[in-house]
Amino acid sequence: MSGGDYLAAAYLVVLVVILVYVAIIGLKLARLDRDLSTLVDLTRRRIEAPAPRQEEQDEQEEREESRVG
Amino acid sequence: MLAATLLGTAVGLVFFFAPVDADQGISQKIFYIHVPCALTAYACFAWGAWKAYLHLWKRTPGADMESYVAIHQGVIFGALTLLTGSIWAKASWGHWWVWSSRQLVLFLVLFLFYAAYFMLRFSIDPGPARANLSAVYAIFGVALIPVSFLAIRLAEDFVHPVVFKRSGPAMTGSMFLTFCIAWAGILALAAAFYHVELAGKRLDSRVRELRGLLR
Repeated sequence: MSGGDYLAAAYLVVLVVILVYVAIIGLKLARLDRDLSTLVDLTRRRIEAPAPRQEEQDEQEEREESRVG
Repeated sequence: MLAATLLGTAVGLVFFFAPVDADQGISQKIFYIHVPCALTAYACFAWGAWKAYLHLWKRTPGADMESYVAIHQGVIFGALTLLTGSIWAKASWGHWWVWSSRQLVLFLVLFLFYAAYFMLRFSIDPGPARANLSAVYAIFGVALIPVSFLAIRLAEDFVHPVVFKRSGPAMTGSMFLTFCIAWAGILALAAAFYHVELAGKRLDSRVRELRGLLR
């Protein structure tokens, strides 16, 4: 191998390592994006779920009070 | 953007402006990537130790994560230093590695010391104990940086070349300009990686926290 080949190899190694690092960071960001989408769906489902009626809430509070008392 | 501009300029200067070394020939141009990577690795380790100090003594929020990311960057640039140095050694000395050179061995020790940081960190459950132990380890490692840096001047093997002397850099003005721009480019690249990785880690921890709250 000539000096030029070694020079090209050194710069190529640096380029490859940088590209691998960028690819790993990109994959991690994609995973975070998926996680965030899941959490947004979960939150939306909870918001859209029907809220308990007032009578049911009052009964539950009475039960809790009697348990404490 | 700054890193891309500086690195693009540096590559242009390396191949079209900096003169070919009369002694080593074209392979000497590996110097413009090898030395900036080494100096950037030292800077990252020092930054990681500084953040570890802030975590231990000032209890700065987030300093532990910043120390971890800085050391991660240092290990990446340390690996690049070893790889490019090994290629340069093969081109100049005919060997991939020379165990008799204290500079090389001390840099390898520094690199392995910080590589072991991750083994320590991930062997402990997340929490204050892990953050404190990691910070103490990071601060101990910083003592190796001046030893590694000065080893080349203290060594008597004369294998590894000494470029920066007390009288100034032993290179032409065009070589020194190319080196400075290449170093600025690599430092800017490390800074960009540091901020992107840190932002990703912070986002990841907030997503985990949110997932815990929603369960």
